[in-house]
Amino acid sequence: MIKTIILIGGPMKGTRFRPLSLELPKPLFPVAGYPIIHHHIEACSKVPHMKEVILIGFYQPNDALNKFISNVQQEFKIQVRYLQEYTALGTAGGLYHFRDQILAGKPDSFFVMNSDVCGDFPLKEMLSFTVQKGGGSHCTVLGTEATRQQSLNYGCIVENKNTHEVLHYVEKPETYISTTINCGVYLFSPDIFCTLEKIFKKNQEDNYNCDPNMQMKETIRLEQDIFVPMAGSGKLYVYHTDRFWSQIKTSGAAIYANRHYLALYQNWHKERLARNGELKPQIIGDVYIHPTADVHPTAVLGPNVSVGKHAVIGEGARVRESIVLEGAVLQDHCCVLYSVIGWNVTIGMWTRVEGTPNDPNPNKPFAKVDVKDTFSPDGKLNPSITVIGSNVQVPSEVILLNAMVLPDKSLAGSCKNQIIL
Amino acid sequence: MKALILVGGYGTRLRPLTLSVAKPLVEFGNKPMLLHQLEALVEAGVKHIILAVSYRAEQMEQELKNVEEQLGVKISISLETEPLGTAGPLALAKDLLTQDHEPFFVLNSDIICDFPFKQMVQFHKHHGRQGTIVVTKVDEPSKYGVVVYDPENGRIQKFVEKPQEYVSNKINAGMYILSPSVLDRIELKPTSIEKEVFPFMANDNDLYAMELQGFWMDVGQPKDFLTGMCMYLSSLREKSPDLLHNEEGIVGNVLVDPTAKIGRNCRIGPNVTIGPDVVIEDGACIKRCTILRGARVRSHSWLESCIIGWRCVVGRWVRMENVSVLGEDVTVKDELYINGGRILPHKSISDSVPEPQIIM
Repeated sequence: MIKTIILIGGPMKGTRFRPLSLELPKPLFPVAGYPIIHHHIEACSKVPHMKEVILIGFYQPNDALNKFISNVQQEFKIQVRYLQEYTALGTAGGLYHFRDQILAGKPDSFFVMNSDVCGDFPLKEMLSFTVQKGGGSHCTVLGTEATRQQSLNYGCIVENKNTHEVLHYVEKPETYISTTINCGVYLFSPDIFCTLEKIFKKNQEDNYNCDPNMQMKETIRLEQDIFVPMAGSGKLYVYHTDRFWSQIKTSGAAIYANRHYLALYQNWHKERLARNGELKPQIIGDVYIHPTADVHPTAVLGPNVSVGKHAVIGEGARVRESIVLEGAVLQDHCCVLYSVIGWNVTIGMWTRVEGTPNDPNPNKPFAKVDVKDTFSPDGKLNPSITVIGSNVQVPSEVILLNAMVLPDKSLAGSCKNQIIL
Repeated sequence: MKALILVGGYGTRLRPLTLSVAKPLVEFGNKPMLLHQLEALVEAGVKHIILAVSYRAEQMEQELKNVEEQLGVKISISLETEPLGTAGPLALAKDLLTQDHEPFFVLNSDIICDFPFKQMVQFHKHHGRQGTIVVTKVDEPSKYGVVVYDPENGRIQKFVEKPQEYVSNKINAGMYILSPSVLDRIELKPTSIEKEVFPFMANDNDLYAMELQGFWMDVGQPKDFLTGMCMYLSSLREKSPDLLHNEEGIVGNVLVDPTAKIGRNCRIGPNVTIGPDVVIEDGACIKRCTILRGARVRSHSWLESCIIGWRCVVGRWVRMENVSVLGEDVTVKDELYINGGRILPHKSISDSVPEPQIIM
């Protein structure tokens, strides 16, 4: 029997995803029409003997999360529940804290997945690889290739090329270690808790000898506290994937993920992709339109567009490489490019909303989405995806270019390269 | 009476349009700029008009052959082999101008206004001296040559070129009547009439100012071309409102050539001029623009304060603003943003121009 734990973090995490994460927990943000962790859970549901998905995080219980849980339970027929950490416990602290629930039913293995990554997760293959290695105790990390320079932003893995044993692990090194990076997806056997217990107890002891201002006694970090010492001990392995994988830290990454998940629908969910037809809008490339959305037949959508529930898209509108969230209204003749249009936003007639993509460098193999700072060294806003926060009214005939508009704002005119609070 | 129009040279301030067509022939309000002045002169009884030209004389001779016949007027070209400034051309055309011993008009070719030629003649006869200058009131006189004159009789006391401190808000409107004796003051060499002739005439109490009523604009550069267009359309609304277009989707003062086609659900105006054979596709929004002959604006685009050159194609969902000017035969691809772009002729634009720029 197998379980999956998804670490969903809390409101203090995922701040680079603001303003979108101000109103909805980031893991529930819809990419290609479905919440980020919906895609995770769908991948889990394809693994045989997957019995339960446990969400661990420190969000307060909220409607959106509850609704999501009951929806996915119904859809995938797996038990799903949310366990709330009483405070942020680090990437492994929550696992240790809820060890009894995780071990209930005596699972043979369990996956742990970060919620701020997205991809075509090869969970079945990772399981087969691990089972082949044999032995009761196992600990496998999903890895992928990055460029030399970008690898410094991730956890770096040095492996034995033959056995795939992890020889060395460094989280966000300062100098180049390896191009193989940690994808934030792991497979553990239950005896990982012995290791976690040792570390937990050691931290507790240490804290009687140390400075009262030190960090929380109960936090355990998977990367630094578990993998680093485990590397080279013969117990940690890496499974490589070259399928689509990306972190989602910023809204720019959400647009990138949107594109790739929509492309995956060609294989697994053709029925989710919009098709051309009489009295229907013109569709270019991969486009998802929620069945309740109202799109005028003269609108042109795509490629790589997701349109949410009850959204309205008017006559002659053009939307490309963008996410339109629930309840948004795009009036006649408007043009939306590389943007996220928030919940219940209105875009006026002939208005142009345009962002700049942060796509990986197409000239470099294995390049990942750039995570640039919000501001350049000389204090200018770095051009990025335009994000319009919820309930914003954007007037007609204006241009919003590389702008970020916080929720409930009433705009008076055009805005370029700015953050509007 | 005769008139001399200072057409001058390259018209560089109105590039990229003047890279294809000589400035006086660029259509303003769907009529070559020069024709506005020619028609008004003919109406005031002028029989012979001399164009002082230093560039592209042949192109103009071609175009103007028909005009001579249509208006029943004689048009001569006085060709400067070197640029002679604003007074030199008068010396060059001395023989033509002094033929009938009468005062003659001198005009800058960039001026659009409610031409007061008849009043100028009366005013000039009344004071009986050598010269009359039309002056007009402007908001920012420091950009021009300011005229200081006695408000009782109009006698000019002095000129101040681009004053650094406020002197007066009346400036030289670029239209004069001069008596033939003025030509004795001008040598055949590059000479500025404002700096080297008028001040001396003023000292001799020989120069008088007549104040212009109504609108005035020097349309020699795109920003002013568009402002002048707005003023011109307003004056059309007052004088000949049936020339203006009045249909569904038209807002304010809009001039549309009968051969132009406008699609459904467009919003055209206020202050738009649409030339012959222009096609505006469905759902376009155009404000404060001049669209020249043969251009096509494709559906759902939004244009404000632009000049779209002859035979251009503006794609779908394009946004253009901030005095963008497209030269002849420019193509702007779909979904682009052009902000203050000056695009040279025959160019195909496939990337947005988010900040004002010249695209060669």
